[in-house]
Amino acid sequence: MKYAIYCALVLLGFLGVSTLGGINEYVFFAGFVILQFVILATAWNILGGYAGYVNFGVPAFIAVGAYTAVVLFKSMSAPLLVQILGGGILAGALGLGVGLLTLKLRGIFFSIATVAVVFILETVVNNWRYVGGATGLQLTRPQDLWFFDSYARMLFFVMAVLAVLSVTIARYIQDSFLGRGLRAVRDSEEAAECSGVPTLKIKLIACTISGALMGIAGAPMPMYLSYIEPTSTFNLSYSISALGMPIIGGTSHWIGPVIGALLLATLQQIVTVTISNELNVLVVGVLLVLFVVIAPDGILGLIKKWKQSSK
Amino acid sequence: METILEVNNVIKQFGGFTALSEVNLHVLKGERLGLIGPNGSGKTTLINCISGAYTDYQGSIRFDGGDITLLKAHERTKRGIARSFQIPRPFSSMTVMENLLVPFAFVGGKDGPEQQKEAMSILDGMGLAEKAFVQSNQLSQVELRKMELARAMAAKPKLLISDEAMAGLSGTEVDEVLEILFDLNKLGITIIMIEHIMQAVMKFSQRVVCLDAGKIICEGTPETIVKNPEVQRAYLGD
Repeated sequence: MKYAIYCALVLLGFLGVSTLGGINEYVFFAGFVILQFVILATAWNILGGYAGYVNFGVPAFIAVGAYTAVVLFKSMSAPLLVQILGGGILAGALGLGVGLLTLKLRGIFFSIATVAVVFILETVVNNWRYVGGATGLQLTRPQDLWFFDSYARMLFFVMAVLAVLSVTIARYIQDSFLGRGLRAVRDSEEAAECSGVPTLKIKLIACTISGALMGIAGAPMPMYLSYIEPTSTFNLSYSISALGMPIIGGTSHWIGPVIGALLLATLQQIVTVTISNELNVLVVGVLLVLFVVIAPDGILGLIKKWKQSSK
Repeated sequence: METILEVNNVIKQFGGFTALSEVNLHVLKGERLGLIGPNGSGKTTLINCISGAYTDYQGSIRFDGGDITLLKAHERTKRGIARSFQIPRPFSSMTVMENLLVPFAFVGGKDGPEQQKEAMSILDGMGLAEKAFVQSNQLSQVELRKMELARAMAAKPKLLISDEAMAGLSGTEVDEVLEILFDLNKLGITIIMIEHIMQAVMKFSQRVVCLDAGKIICEGTPETIVKNPEVQRAYLGD
């Protein structure tokens, strides 16, 4: 109940900001990206953090979301929410499919298989004329702004709603049987099976939900940029960020990826604006190395340690 | 007496290597069975087939009146087969209590206050009550062994397979674990004990089965087994 009130307050806050006059449009542009990373990190953590299965195929799921949106928009001028829903459903289906094929693999083999999915899908899109192939596709945004002053403001608010939704789902999973089962899988899959946990089934559920949320994060991208092309959509740096943010924030609790994403994505935006675009991936890399060495349980782990030592 | 477990002509191969060749084993309800054999004789492979860790074997296994040959491990756990592991596999990110709540949640379908109480009484019976809220990676070796048995008990088994639960323990610790197993058996739980510590097997078992090179070479009371020339040859050579 308390959580629901917090969520409502957060959303009201976002609604207030996005309808407020006198704010530079770039804030919404950058805010969209930060919120997108909150979703990606949260989604990644459902499989990677809770169950310990490291998914390197994040861009594949983002791209399925984005290209589904493009197809829906181009073929039937589907409104934004339909694009997002469609993107989520197809990315979820990809999660289920990839899961069925790969979740019997453990550890590094699973991770490698997920990278392969990125390359396969990128090749498909590169050769698919309808969505622009390798050169990309220009899209004209509809002039449907609801009650917002600009498209960027509207997308910013939509992304905020999706982020709150994702975090709520992750939180629910953590506290449910599913979360308990996934933790058992991470600690010992054999012991989990022998404790009655249907390991393959719950891994598939986690992979599907995780994939669907990544698709949802990717679906508004074509409208955000009014453009789509495969090289940036299938960029593997998404994987690094989506994995780095939860690890830096802490993978054991739903709030970890949120903290990691807010912190890192904001830092990345600042670095992009003030220094250079190239440097922003480096920021994640350096912080990731530092955290893995100094604080392997992330910021949450540091807070826990600090609390224990101050007792 | 009624048979609870029937292993019929089970063959398990790893590539070209035959780990089990046509093993037949019947276990009675409430029995205390000792399973012995030299290293590599197929003891753990056999219980992996029984518990469902392997399902790609030939032959059939029946448990408590139903065919479980094709069932996955978690389904067999729900039917009433629980096991401990030779090398303990705790859920190390969880407390001892949370470890027990996993089977409560997934076998019984509930993990509320009532189940916590029940888990506490299981832990109490094993002398682990005061460790209930300790992170399981902080436990000593003997505590880990006991927790494995406690977690197996939380699945409310009819058959408990103890895979070398006493390996690496001191004399008094072995007696502690042995006592726990005797207590569980008194509750009506059938127990298969795999063990290298002979005094423990001899003291515990009503019947002993000896495996060698994937075959059951003999079975009988503990007294007859130790005198059996084939067992002596399997362990000591010609």
